[in-house]
This record gives sequence, structure tokens and C-alpha cells, in this order.
Amino acid sequence: MIRALFLALVLAVPAAAQQADVSDGLGMMASDPGSGYHEVLPETPIAFPADHGPHPGFRIEWWYITANLEDEAGEALGIQWTLFRFATRPGGEMAAGWATPQIWMGHAAVTTADIHLAAERFARGGIGQAGAVAEPFRAWIDEWRMESLGTAYAPLRLTSSGDGFSYDLELTEEGPWVLQGERGYSVKSERGQASHYTSQPYFKVRGEVEIGTRALQVSGRAWMDREWSSQPLAEGQTGWDWFSLHLPKGEKLMLYRLRDERGGDYLTGNWITAPGQSERLAPGTVAMEPIRWVDVAGLEMPVAWQVEIPARGLSIRTEPLNAQAWNALSTSYWEGPVRFDGTHRGVGYLEMTGY
Amino acid sequence: MRAAFAALASHWRAKPLQAAAVVVGLMLATALWSGIQALNGEARSSYAEAAAILDGDRLDRLEPIAEGRLTLEIYVALRRAGWAVSPVIEGRVTVGGRSARLIGVDPLTLPNGRLTGAFDGGPGIGAFSAPPWSMLAAPETIEDLGLRVGERASSDRGPLPETAVARALAPGVLVVDIGAAEALLGRTSLDALLIDPEAPRPDTGWAEVAGEALRLVEADDESDLERLTKSFHLNLTAFGVLSFCVGLFITHAAVGLAFEQRLGTLRTLRACGMSARSLTVVLLGELVLVALFAGALGLIAGYGIAAALLPDVAATLAGLYGAEVPGALTLRPEWWLAGLCMSLGGALVAAGHTLALAWGMPVLASARPEAWHGAQQRSLRLQAGFGFLALVLAGLAIVLGGGLTAGFVSMASLMIGATLLLPPVLAGALSAAQRVARGPVVEWVIADARQQISGLGLALMALLLALSTNIGVGTMVESFRATFTTWLDQRLFADVYVDPAPEQTARFRDWAEDRDDVAETLETVRTQAILGGVSVAVVGRPAGSSYRTEWPFLAAKDDAWDRIAAGEGAIVSEQLARRLGLALGDPLDLPAPEGAWTLETVAIYADYGNPKGEVGVDRERLTGRWPGTASDGFGLRLAPGASSDAVMRDVEAAFGAGPDALIDNAALKVFSHRVFERTFAVTAMLNVLTLAIAGAALFASLATLADRRLAQVAPLWAMGLTRRRLAVLDLAKTAALATLTAVLAIPLGLAVAWLLVAVVNVEAFGWRLPLHIFPGQWAALMALTLGVALLAGALPALRLARMAPARLVKIFAEER
Repeated sequence: MIRALFLALVLAVPAAAQQADVSDGLGMMASDPGSGYHEVLPETPIAFPADHGPHPGFRIEWWYITANLEDEAGEALGIQWTLFRFATRPGGEMAAGWATPQIWMGHAAVTTADIHLAAERFARGGIGQAGAVAEPFRAWIDEWRMESLGTAYAPLRLTSSGDGFSYDLELTEEGPWVLQGERGYSVKSERGQASHYTSQPYFKVRGEVEIGTRALQVSGRAWMDREWSSQPLAEGQTGWDWFSLHLPKGEKLMLYRLRDERGGDYLTGNWITAPGQSERLAPGTVAMEPIRWVDVAGLEMPVAWQVEIPARGLSIRTEPLNAQAWNALSTSYWEGPVRFDGTHRGVGYLEMTGY
Repeated sequence: MRAAFAALASHWRAKPLQAAAVVVGLMLATALWSGIQALNGEARSSYAEAAAILDGDRLDRLEPIAEGRLTLEIYVALRRAGWAVSPVIEGRVTVGGRSARLIGVDPLTLPNGRLTGAFDGGPGIGAFSAPPWSMLAAPETIEDLGLRVGERASSDRGPLPETAVARALAPGVLVVDIGAAEALLGRTSLDALLIDPEAPRPDTGWAEVAGEALRLVEADDESDLERLTKSFHLNLTAFGVLSFCVGLFITHAAVGLAFEQRLGTLRTLRACGMSARSLTVVLLGELVLVALFAGALGLIAGYGIAAALLPDVAATLAGLYGAEVPGALTLRPEWWLAGLCMSLGGALVAAGHTLALAWGMPVLASARPEAWHGAQQRSLRLQAGFGFLALVLAGLAIVLGGGLTAGFVSMASLMIGATLLLPPVLAGALSAAQRVARGPVVEWVIADARQQISGLGLALMALLLALSTNIGVGTMVESFRATFTTWLDQRLFADVYVDPAPEQTARFRDWAEDRDDVAETLETVRTQAILGGVSVAVVGRPAGSSYRTEWPFLAAKDDAWDRIAAGEGAIVSEQLARRLGLALGDPLDLPAPEGAWTLETVAIYADYGNPKGEVGVDRERLTGRWPGTASDGFGLRLAPGASSDAVMRDVEAAFGAGPDALIDNAALKVFSHRVFERTFAVTAMLNVLTLAIAGAALFASLATLADRRLAQVAPLWAMGLTRRRLAVLDLAKTAALATLTAVLAIPLGLAVAWLLVAVVNVEAFGWRLPLHIFPGQWAALMALTLGVALLAGALPALRLARMAPARLVKIFAEER
């Protein structure tokens, strides 16, 4: 998952350079060794609890939670809570106060079948307005937080609020953290762009979601992604379509398609067994095809998909809970809960950017 | 149809001057109209953007109760409690010997949209908000300070970040990231937290988080720029409309004449079997083409006018009202469209009469030129009747009506009435002259002039309108300047104004008393009270000080200051007096905390530009009634020979008073005078332009009349008058008619000025400008008019002087 790369570029690069980048290709930006940012290397192991905390030497990073919930009446809804960090220049992990190059951005959203509300926050690192600490774990921007309730990592409390909504949820772990890609080294293109990527797809959720004046008692499950990198998309890659799916019997599936304007989209993912064994799905073993396009915020978006993984005997169709799950924020993208059936049935999240 | 077009078009080819008159008339009308609309639109649309950062007053804000109390920790604690606040650091830097306001903001938290426009084409937020940072400034600021885009300028505080252009930014301001401002100004605390008006406020109050350190300063609607600047825009719009009317007169004259001269062609076309409907359609099509062509030319010219005037208008608005308008003009589709519509509509109005004639023209009517019909006398009487009616309406609107609408109805009626009356009045004047005239040539000249009035009438009416508008607006602007500068001089009689932070007030008072170079310390206090349902400022001034001798009143009782000192009298601002209907001697109840304080209105004073009302009382008496009222600042009168620069430097050093808290009176006065000079540049240019239009109308009429009048001139030539003499007589006649019109324009202009200052201004803004009269201006205008008339008449006269005698002879052969 490479979501924040695009956001980081948009925000961090001077307008003139941005234009040059669009034409020259995003991949040329500061991704080479020697750019001053830390490098993503396959041999670097992921180690907790340190890796729950920030990695300011890398260019970009995020804490990304999506949850598929139900209220007491059985109505489905979803929430998103995301904290992005990006550095506007390398070597800035030492600078404190206003002069820090670290910028934090929070996105939060609530989606029901007919409502989608999203909010956004920005903050400078270095002054305490936003940040993350590995142990005891906490991550925050303004009054939005995700923090350990005790000394252990979980249970976590997750809060957020925006215009017309707020939520206060408790997350408990029901399985281990899993490593995406190959042991947490996730390749994003055939040319070697990569990130460190680990997930916790086994969160159980309880709590309250307020929409307008309605307070809903909710429960369900959540999926958290942690990813950090210094390498943006490869040249010609325009956006991505990303799924996190809760399969029956405790299995999980993460997959994404990186679209390439010159053809040759990059499709890969990980199949996670119930006990938490993660296996990379090599490019060429996954098929994702849009089956229904809908006008969303003036754009044609593929909101329903056919997904095939023949080697795993998986053939499913996904449908959005709300086709208009458009995060109309400073960087706009589609992010919303989906349900699927076919060989497998279940719920999950879909993210689509770059349309 | 095509043949009909060709036949009609051949007329324009034969009479290029007439064609030019139509096009130029419409073009000028559209140009002035759209240029002024563009100016107004530009100014208005930029208020919102400009108000954004500069005018922190327009947002509720939290400020420290004392310097240094607003810490970063408080800011972060408020954010983490859900308060959508954004920090600001402010100060001044000196660049290339000029002082500029430096504002440090955090673009990541700035209330939505407040800075986004600034980044169009500039650095991204990333480059702006991280070292080595960049600095945003409007193009005019960059020019004023001699900055260079992409370079780092040096300042008294060290090198500034790299300069970048931000068009949407208010002029006179340098905007940097808060981190850069902190480093440049050497600050460790914040100056204010702007509260995002759109974000919901959390349940936890700010005071619970910040403790005693902060105070809430509510958004101040006093700086309602749009309301204050309305007056200026109103004047500009009035100018625009009047110029457009003048342009329509030209078009009307030219189109009417063209129709008349083409009567023969039209009749032939009808005789050839063309229906009246087709003929009208063809004429209409021709008109639309001309209107669109001329309109497009006018828009281009209008853009030029607006672009040329914008810097001056911007400076005027900035100086008068503190409204900042960036000096760059953007092309707005709406005014292109509006301009073309105006041109088209105007052409249709101007040609409506002509088109109706074409529609109803009998096929076999003889081609008699309209100007020749014998009903001139009757039509003049009719016109005079209508004109008189319009004048009566103008008077009635003032006497019976009220409000802004009545003011405008009255002004429009006055202009229409006076314009309609012009030809009859001129005819009357010439009749009178004819009775005392001696000698056949003079009598002929006067008779001929009378005859010509029907042909030149419209052009002369246009001239009258242009002149009276010029006199009216010129008088108003001059009155405004005279009043305002005098008032400013009297009102700001202290040399330095200081507004120290609340906790420094006592220390400042002592400091000022101890200084030898400060002759007098004038401290004022201010509170608010509800009067007539509106919040009104109550200001306490020391009654025993030089206020007594210096403060200007519009009207006052003899013992005003004694009564004030005794706590029995109050002075009331003009706006409030008008609103509450207060006159001298009327009682005024101020709702003080301990019960009503009954005062007598002992004086009324002007408070221009302040739409809110104000009541003035003695300072000691006020603090007695409202214990604990905060100081509103100090005025320092310096001892003779003392330097205000030195005092200001010391104040800055001892109290850290920022640029907003410290004002040098002399600099302020110089600045306001400069502003008025610029206002004049705008007015003068508009004057010249409207006069040019009127001149063009005159020229068009004279040029088109010249040929037609040969039948009158030829017999005189045959009787022995030389062509040269005839030409001179013609020119003299034109000059005389124009001068007569100019003389008549003076009373009309004064009436317009009076309506503007005494009716429109009072209704719109609650205060009245004293009317000053400037005969020098009139003389200059008369001279200009004469010049324009001579210029307009020169070419036709020259052609007459050089006309081949054969052509004059031919007149007799062709005598109709």
C-alpha cells in the first residue's frame, strides 16, 4: 500500500517541481540512495515495539485504520482513521520546533449506506501538536488519538471527530501482526520501488459512533496498516486500487493494483491464513477487473470489482456499502467499506486514488 | 437580403466619418462602463481575500493578556482539546530603508482557505513552511520594497527568506511561515491565535485549557470594508453610467442621421418589393453587428482604462479605508459579457426610434430630411415641457421621498430634465440674442445657430451631461478632500499615538509623564453601551486638556467642555446624532452599570468613515461610572523641537510596542495627503475621458451636419462672404454654443454635487459632507470645453474653408 506517497508529493514539493514531476515521472523524486532519506532494504527486519513508533529518517509513513462495523440494528457502517507523516526534506529528524521538516496529516471518515463524512487535520511535527510514540504506544493529531489503554500495545483507544461525526472506539487484538510483501519488504513496481509494510488485520472493535445527533453503539473488526518508505511510485504509475478483505474462517486478503499509464499494471498482495501466516501473491497470480462504474464527484469511478486468485480458488465480486465514499479533502480519493460474495463472502475496505 | 445589406453598407463606405461616429460612440461608452465595472468588481472581490490574513480583526482571536503569556504549550494544549486555532506572530522589518509588516502564519492550521490563494503559482506549502522557507508578497509590495523574486533580501533583522509572488495577498505585507517569523523576530511566544469560524467549538472552553493567560477578542465588524468603500464605488459607478449615457447620445445622433440620409435608399428598397419586416430585420442585423464590433473594441479599451487606474484606485481604497486591493487585474468573463450586453442594449435604445420609423415608413413618402421639418418650434416646446416635468419630479423626490432611492431618482430626474431643457434654453437664449443683434451677418449667424440646435442638440446634451457630471463629482471629491484633511489635522492633533499592552498602561503613563520632550499626555478610555438598540462606543477623553482647544465640532454649545468636565454633557458623533435624532441640548441617557447617566448633548462632531456611533464624555467621569474601564491608548503632544522619531524609538525599546500600537502622526498625515492625490488622479482621468466622449459626439454631429448645411452656406458665399470667413463664423458659432452649454452645466453640476453630498451620502453613510465650491475647477473645465469644441469644429470648418467653389455652385443646381 502506497497511499500517502501521492499526498506527500503534492504537499511537500514546490509547485514548479510538482509540474516537472508529473511529466518526468514520480519515480525520479528523491528515491535514489544518497538522497539523504533512509533506504528501504529487504534485509531490514521489522521489530516491535520500536516500529510502532515513527521513522523520521524515512520520507513518508502512516498509521492507517479501517473498520467494518455494525450498529445494534445490524446496519453496516465503516470508519477510517489515518495519520500520515512526511518529511519535506531529509536529515530533518534532528530539527525541533517550527523549523522541523516533519508534517503530519490526519484523515478520518465515517461511511454508512447513505452518508459519507470526512475530516482532515494538518500539524507541524516538533511542537507536540501531532506525533507518535512507540511505547507506551500513542499517535495523535489535535484531539484525534490512537493510544494504548495500558502498558501493552493493545487494547487501544481510537477517537476522532469532524463536522457532523465523531467516534470513540476500543480495539483489541485477536491475532498477531503480519508482515506484508516478503517479510515486511513490499515491492511496488518491477523497477524495485518498495516500502516496509506490516499490518494488524485482527482487531476486534467496540464503541460508539455519533453521526449528526444519532449515537450508535457499534461493534465489528478493524485492520491497521503500518507502512514507511522513502521511495514514491515508479515512473508512469498514476494511482492505485487497494483492498483489505476479511475472508471467512479468519483468513485475510490484502491486494492492490498500481495503475501504469503505459500499460502493465502492477498487481500483487498477500494471503494471510487464520493463524497469521502471510504469503505474497506474486504479480501474475492475481486478477482485478472493474465491473461497474459510477459517477463520483464528477469522476467515473469503478466501485464494483471482480477479483480472481485461481491458485487460491478465490473468485469474488465486491460491492460498495456506499458508492459515494469520496474523501473530498485536500487530496481527494475514494475510501469506503465493501462487501463481497462468490467463492468467499465477507466485508472489507477499498481505496482508489489517482482518478 | 444580401443586396439590401450591400445597399445599406455602401452608405457607411461613402460616409466613413459617420460610421466612425457610431463605432466610436458605442466603443467609448462600453469602454468606460466596463472599465469602471472591472475596477469595482476587482476591488470588491479582493476584499475577502485581503481581509483574510491582514484583517485578523475579522476572526475571533485569542490574545495574551500580557506579552509572552501565549506560549507554544498553550497553543498545542488548545489544539489537542479540539480548538481549531491557528497561531500568528507579527512584527516589522525594514527592507531597503522601508518598513514592512511581517506576518508569520502556520499554513497547516490557518482557517480554511485563508492562504490557499496565495500559493497559486508560488511555492508549495512544503517549501513555504520548512527551512530555508520562502516569503510571500504581493507584486506591488515586491516593487515597493525593491525585492527580487527568487532572491533573499536583507533586512534589519537579517536575511529574509526567498521572495515569491502571491497575487492574492494584500499589499504591504510580507507573509512567512511562523517558524521563519520566530527566527527573524527573535520571538519565543505567539501574538495571537485565530479561531476558525467554520470549525465547531469543543465542549471544553478555551479558558479551561489556557487558564488566565488569554483573552478573547471578538471579531470586529467595525472594519466592514465593503460598507465603508461603498461610497467610493458608488461614485465610480455613477460615473460609469453617465459616461455610458453620453456614449448613447453619440450613437443615437449618428444612427439617426444615418437613417435620415439613407431614407432614399430605404425607400428604394421598399419600392423594389422589400417588406417593412425584412427591412427592419436587415437594419437590426446591421446594428447588432456594429454593436458587437464596437462593444468588443470598447471592452479592450475598458480593460486598458481599468488596468491604468487600478493602482490608483487600490491606493485610494487602502488609504481611505484600509481596504487592500491587489493592483493586478484579472479578466472576468462576467464583465466581458455585461459589457457586450450594454453595448448591444445601448445601440438598440439609441436606434429604437429609427427602427420604428423604418418599420412604419410609407413606401411612397418623399425623402424629406427630418432635421428640415418645420415642426422644430413645436418639438422644442414639447421637450421643454418634459424637461420641466422631470425637474419637478426631481424636487418632489427630495421633498416627499426619503432614502437612497429617492436620492437617486432625484438625481436621475434632474439630469434628464436639465438635459431635455438644454435645446429649448439654448434656443431661447439665441432668440434673445437675435433681438439685440445688429447687422445681417450676425443676425444670420444667430438664426443659423438656432436652426442648428436640432442637429447639434444631442451632442450638446451629451456635453452638458459630461460637464455637469465632472463638476458634480469633482466638487464632491474636492469637498471630501478639504473636509477630510482639515478634520484629520484637527482630530489627530497629538504627535505620536501609542497603544501599549494592557499590563503596561500604568508604567507607560509614568514613563510619559517623566519625559521632558512630552509636553502633554492624552489618555483615552473606551467602553461600550447599548443606545437605541445598537452597541455604541463610549469614549472618555480628558476634558481639561488640549482637547478643549483642538477638538473640532460640527456644532457645539459655548460651554460644551465645561459641561463635559462637570459630567453633565456629552458629545455625540454625527452618525449617532442622525440615527437617534439628537440635536444640541437634547438629553441622552447612558446605561452605566450603576444606573442611567443622564447627559445633555452639548456638541456634535464629525466621525467620518466610522459607521458606528460614538459618544464622548470626560475620562474621569467615565471611569467613575464604569469602574475598571481599560485604557484605549495615549496621544503624546511633544514639546516644541522634540523629535517624534526619537520618542517612538524609545517607546519601542522600553515597551516593545509593535507597529500597530505606535503611530507617527506626521507620517499618517503625509500618507493621507498622498492618498488624496491619487484619488485625484482617478477623478482627473475620468474627467478627461468623459469630456473626450462628449467632444467626439460634438465632432460627429458637426461633421455629419457639415454637408447638409451647404445649402444654407452656399447662398451666403454667393452673396460675397469668403469661405474662410464662413468657416470662422462656423467655428465661432460652435464655440459659443459649447460655452453656453458649459455655463449651464455649472448650476447643474452643483446641484448634482449637492445631491451627492447632502442626500446620497447621508442616506448611505449617515454623515454629510460640507459642500465646498471650487470656481477654479470650473474655469479649467470651461477652458477645456472650449478647446474640445474648437477641436471638434476644426475639421468641418477647415473643409468648408477649402471647399472647391464648384461644389458650392453645384448646390444651386441641385436645390431641392
